[in-house]
Amino acid sequence: MMTLDETLGSVAERVAMAPPTDAEAAAAWSRVQLARHPQRPRTLDLVTRMFSEFTELAGDRLFRDDPALVGGPALLDGRPVMVIGHQKGNDTDSNIARNFGSAHPEGFRKAQRLMRLADKLGMPIVTFLDTAGAYPGPAAEERGQAEAIASSIKLMTGLRVPIVVCIIGEGGSGGALAIGVGDVVIALENAVYSVISPEGCAAILWRSPDEAKVAAAAMRMTAADQVTLGIVDEIVDEPGEGAHTDHDATARALKRAVVAALARAAREEPGELLVTRYARIRSIGAYRETAVDAARHRTEQNLRDRIGRILHLPGIGRRRWSDVWRGAGDDDGEAEGGA
Amino acid sequence: MPIKFPFSRRRSGPSDAWTKCPSCEQQVFNRQLERSQRVCPTCGHHFRMSVGERIDLLLDRDSFEERDAGLESVDPLGFHDDRAYVDRLEAARVKTGLVEAAVWGYGRIDGHRVAIGLFDFRFMGGSMGSVVGEKVARCLEGALVERVPAIVVSASGGARMQEGTLSLLQLAKTTAPLERLDIAGVPFISVLTDPTTGGVLASFASLGDVIVAEPRALIGFAGARVASGTVGEELPEGFQTAEFLRDHGFVDLVVSRGELRATLARLLRVLPVSRAGMTADEADRTRGPIGVISGLAERLGGAVSEGIGIDDREATNGDRPVPPARVRTDR
Repeated sequence: MMTLDETLGSVAERVAMAPPTDAEAAAAWSRVQLARHPQRPRTLDLVTRMFSEFTELAGDRLFRDDPALVGGPALLDGRPVMVIGHQKGNDTDSNIARNFGSAHPEGFRKAQRLMRLADKLGMPIVTFLDTAGAYPGPAAEERGQAEAIASSIKLMTGLRVPIVVCIIGEGGSGGALAIGVGDVVIALENAVYSVISPEGCAAILWRSPDEAKVAAAAMRMTAADQVTLGIVDEIVDEPGEGAHTDHDATARALKRAVVAALARAAREEPGELLVTRYARIRSIGAYRETAVDAARHRTEQNLRDRIGRILHLPGIGRRRWSDVWRGAGDDDGEAEGGA
Repeated sequence: MPIKFPFSRRRSGPSDAWTKCPSCEQQVFNRQLERSQRVCPTCGHHFRMSVGERIDLLLDRDSFEERDAGLESVDPLGFHDDRAYVDRLEAARVKTGLVEAAVWGYGRIDGHRVAIGLFDFRFMGGSMGSVVGEKVARCLEGALVERVPAIVVSASGGARMQEGTLSLLQLAKTTAPLERLDIAGVPFISVLTDPTTGGVLASFASLGDVIVAEPRALIGFAGARVASGTVGEELPEGFQTAEFLRDHGFVDLVVSRGELRATLARLLRVLPVSRAGMTADEADRTRGPIGVISGLAERLGGAVSEGIGIDDREATNGDRPVPPARVRTDR
């Protein structure tokens, strides 16, 4: 069993492994609502304010153009950068056209194409995360949604140019991480980042989507929580009641943070950048490592097996790993599954 | 050492003697199922296998050397739904006899030494949290260090929700080493078994140089219910099966369990570790990432570094060989 001090310091102090309280659930949910606010600035709202001469490029050169993910070169204070982001709509029509910001595989493959171009030309990359998640429909599966996300992640781990990631709204699961691997991760104050939507988490673990508020609190998905977990580096304050109240001010604040982050990243040699990025990726996670009881498995062989081994009896004496790890029950863990 | 009667075998109770095949609904005698590699003798349905059964199936006798068995999950979020995460972990440990949902080590397949990682679906649905991600990453790095092929046998519902974004970021952690295997010229074979979905499929499992799957295994990004529920579309025939992925170009080979070991052995014969890649000496001379990690830990400060397990790792495993960092100059 474990004690509290083995859990992550300040988060664990707030919660003694109890379900979130109503107040915590309400607080987390209000952030989720702000992150999803219909008037919240979307990627293109911010890109047009932060950069000049943004030139949107289209298509993955394989299948089609995915309007749920946009990108292209632009100038940031006169310097060329590659901009890539999920794109939600601002109303029903534009949301339908943008598939609510949920990309198909071709969206991620367009992102990869733009990242390779940035790598080729030595342009830093700035990404904007704002998606409920990658689209889960049959067409997306058919065209390899999982492969598209996986290969995007892999590509980003090896790019020789600096990558600054901005979580501006919803950072939803693998679809967000597909363009979310970087050297600096910035989040707007009311942005959220999670492994699964709170509704999805509630449906699986609480068996009721109505518990989404509680799930949102339990998953620690607010920007501040992400800083505590070491996943987000810095938070950019939003104006007034939230980013939706002032797109210009939000863009100005975010731009300052991006410029500063790129200046820091630019000081590193490309090789050093990759080593630091690898170390950053490699170090995320919480676990305990105890001295390995390597002898344990060996001593578990019983007399029958040892005699069998000495006498070379057929079928006896082989250490069966299925006997080494033999638990008390065999029912499936399906209900506890993953995302 | 526990006292055991030498010639007795641990037996399941009478209620456990039979298993109903979910495919053909025949009752199968459990001992027969064990003898037939957990394949239904009537219809060929592939039952799920535990990590131990999988090792016994695939690896040469007594060749498996487990590594990093001392990695244990903690509860970074203080997560509690109707049960506390720590209680779920403990229940899974008791149920499976395992410490976590994945195991890695070195072993031999038909004489070929490999670094192999294996998932056990019985342990919280094979879900990938920090420990599972760390084991997969160390397995791939272990392949790099010894310059032997890497194999990961997946069976997972995806990322472990109870660890929040820490589990999401395991997608990156398990994928990053593959970039290094590419540079070093070390092959990676991904074996997909029933079921492989979500975050595991959306990371290393989809990126094998060769991808092998077991027949009729459920393989997909989103759970089939999520897909039909959120989208409301009719699902195609055989949607999210191994065969579906093969026909759409995402799986190389669908191989029945009886042929799996021989197929892996054949792949190991025809896919050599590149001779042009880095030598071990070169790797030693190159600065590894661990030094950088500890530097990063200092910058991050105490609270976070405890949480991310750096200190523990350095304390107990500081002399672990580390994979080389190499600057790419060839692109």
